[in-house]
Amino acid sequence: MLGHTSVTMRDGGPADAVGGQVPRWVALPESVEEISVVLGACADAGLAVTPAGARTKLCWAAPPERLDVLLDLSAMHDVLEHVAGDLVVRVQAGIPLARLAEVLAKAGQELALDVPFPGATVGGTLAAPSPGPRAYRYGNARDLLIGVTVVLADGTIARAGGKVVKNVAGYDLGKLFTGSYGTLGVIAEATFRLHPLPADRRWLTFECEGWEDAGALLRSQLEPSAVEIDHPAEGLTTVAALFEGPAARDRAEAARDLLGGGELRDDAPSWWSRPPGLPLASLRCHVAPYVPEGVSVRGSLATGVYLASGTGDLDAWRSRLPADARLVGLAGDFTGDRWGPIPSLPLMRRVKERFDPERRMSPGRLAGGV
Amino acid sequence: MTVFDRLEAIFPPDRVITDPVRLRTYECDGLTYHRATPMVVVLPETAAEVAAVVKVCAEFGMPFVARGSGTGLSGGALPRSDGVLIVTSRMRRILSVDLDRRQAVVEPGVTNLAITEAVRDRGYYYAPDPSSQQICSIGGNVAENSGGAHCLKYGFTVNHVQALEIVTPEGEIVEVSEDDFGYDLLGAFVGSEGTLGIATKITVRLLRTPEAVTTLLAAFENIEAGGQAVSSIIGAGIVPAAIEMMDALAIEAAEAAVACGYPPNAGAVLIVELDGPAPEVDAQLAEVIAICVATGSFEQRVAASADERAKIWRGRKSAFAAVGRISPAYIVQDGVVPRTSLGEVLAGIDALQDEFGIRVANVFHAGDGNLHPLVLFDDAAPGEGERAEVVSGRILDLCIVHGGSITGEHGVGVDKARYMPRMFTDADLDTMQRLRCAFDPGGRSNPGKVFPTPRLCGEVPRVRKGSPGEIF
Repeated sequence: MLGHTSVTMRDGGPADAVGGQVPRWVALPESVEEISVVLGACADAGLAVTPAGARTKLCWAAPPERLDVLLDLSAMHDVLEHVAGDLVVRVQAGIPLARLAEVLAKAGQELALDVPFPGATVGGTLAAPSPGPRAYRYGNARDLLIGVTVVLADGTIARAGGKVVKNVAGYDLGKLFTGSYGTLGVIAEATFRLHPLPADRRWLTFECEGWEDAGALLRSQLEPSAVEIDHPAEGLTTVAALFEGPAARDRAEAARDLLGGGELRDDAPSWWSRPPGLPLASLRCHVAPYVPEGVSVRGSLATGVYLASGTGDLDAWRSRLPADARLVGLAGDFTGDRWGPIPSLPLMRRVKERFDPERRMSPGRLAGGV
Repeated sequence: MTVFDRLEAIFPPDRVITDPVRLRTYECDGLTYHRATPMVVVLPETAAEVAAVVKVCAEFGMPFVARGSGTGLSGGALPRSDGVLIVTSRMRRILSVDLDRRQAVVEPGVTNLAITEAVRDRGYYYAPDPSSQQICSIGGNVAENSGGAHCLKYGFTVNHVQALEIVTPEGEIVEVSEDDFGYDLLGAFVGSEGTLGIATKITVRLLRTPEAVTTLLAAFENIEAGGQAVSSIIGAGIVPAAIEMMDALAIEAAEAAVACGYPPNAGAVLIVELDGPAPEVDAQLAEVIAICVATGSFEQRVAASADERAKIWRGRKSAFAAVGRISPAYIVQDGVVPRTSLGEVLAGIDALQDEFGIRVANVFHAGDGNLHPLVLFDDAAPGEGERAEVVSGRILDLCIVHGGSITGEHGVGVDKARYMPRMFTDADLDTMQRLRCAFDPGGRSNPGKVFPTPRLCGEVPRVRKGSPGEIF
């Protein structure tokens, strides 16, 4: 059937595996319509599909229960529309964020998302969001997304939102698909609000022992864009705050005075916006977290969203965290329940049933077999 | 047992309203030309009571509508004459404030401004600020994803809500949080206009009050020059807290209503508010003034105090009500266009005024292209109301043609459901309906709003099977 179309196909191999599942085929669509053709054909044949971008986070979350076709979006890498005066850009989902940043920088603009994983694409960043330092100031991918084109399991092409920043018409399917790990359909195109590149950037870093909450900084009116902690399994902890804007230097200096010390620098520390290593877990905790021995934690003191790495049992760690903290195993080997409590899971399950009743889109990637 | 019996078993008599005269209090929200008398009104005080009512509705197959303060402008809280109206005005406790975590947990009936008032003296505030913030409820803000003048820099309700406790249309109490791993159900719920359930507990983000705030009023000879200033400010990489514009007719109305003292011969005024760390605000203010002068502004006033700032804002914030001074009746429109299309769209609105002999006062959030044209008419003059309706609809068409939206912050509600197919395809709307059906398979939660035709939750699509070999 696909022989009648121009969609590029090849056989899958070990390099295409997702969590040990080797797909039988890899499809390389070049347009929304081609994604629709592939998904329609897969629906006819009852084939299971997993979308992929740069594959930097394909190993995150649970492996799919079954996988016939890997839908590789790397050929969809174009900027479709960038109206600098509107601070808006529309792109194909397979474009790497780094390439998009190059295009936008020419207009003095940026998509204010940090990219912890080099090569990561727009689609992958939406489907499998990873926290970045500046989420404190600019929000996460979902906050900057203003429009989306998705293709559902049956090949239906649907759009939501638009290309204006302010818009409350209809359901925000873009947000629904954020964090969906390919289980609802394929994110094919996305439109984002942009920000002007800041006139200046300064970091203030300081070292300390144990955990540090940087509370004085967060209670101040100095408005850091990010306040990050690097808490290694062994050795000193480092805290780094980022100040952006025309008066970044003044504010960084004021912060140093407030905290009674620290080093001012005009580049980020080496660990800034980098995952701490494998095995990797997502930690969300809004008070100073308990950190087990041998575990390193990096992330935002301002938002309470961290990545953690190290051996250890997730259940044992969870039992030492506040009830509203969340600890999820993302990648690598660990023991204990990967997910922990997800109170809205029953609703997620119902959404999955409506969007993918045949359970062919990355089935089982999320908690509870969703 | 009737529905009334069941509700009277849940609530004390003073919290179930069946008296026809009292029911009429609730027959509309801020969109007053759509009215319906609800069958019964209940005033729950807890999530458990909300859930109990919703379960009764499920049992009897009855629709229900949630209502906060009833200030919505799209008829989202328009009751159903065959259903229950669930009013959250008794749920107005601020449950907790945690400044270390910069968050507050509140009940849905709490007013928007009350959150800020609870933390202002400690140097914090809640950012979204719809014009009705003194009376509108946070539950209504969540349903509508409310914005306000300052959302240019700070975003909308959805960017400031961290978690919700909701009562689903099936009557379950469920928490959705930004910390949940998986679908962003929180983001999908905010702005769903009451069609996915009722929020009964809302966790909001609090922000530290900015060190400096400064407000500039700049007068221009015409709206084109003001628009050019807006483009140049944005082009210079400045993100003000707010950029608002009013045209001559809107200025005239505001002057008549509140004597705001804007420059009398201005064809347009721009209000630019900058906030943040003091050195940054100082630098940007100088730049903004220079841009305004360069684009033809003949007068600039900088508010030197909180009082002066309030005075500048008074004209803008009173604008909607103020047009009542210059016109017997008016329609408040809420369209959005890409900022770069503002000039063309305003010219298009001018042409509509001439074509239909209807005056339009323009008030808008210029920074994000959100227009609030006020379509003026005399409801006593035969045919004028109809012509005003046509002009109002044609303005939305202009917005859509230029790649914009039919609503930036007031919601679709009952008012604009018929315009949805002009912005979205059937496939788009059917896909949205899948979400609706996941939450509300019975279609009982605020039916008739947002979506144009009754879309039922049918059977899931049939399973098609073929042999993979035939395909690849």
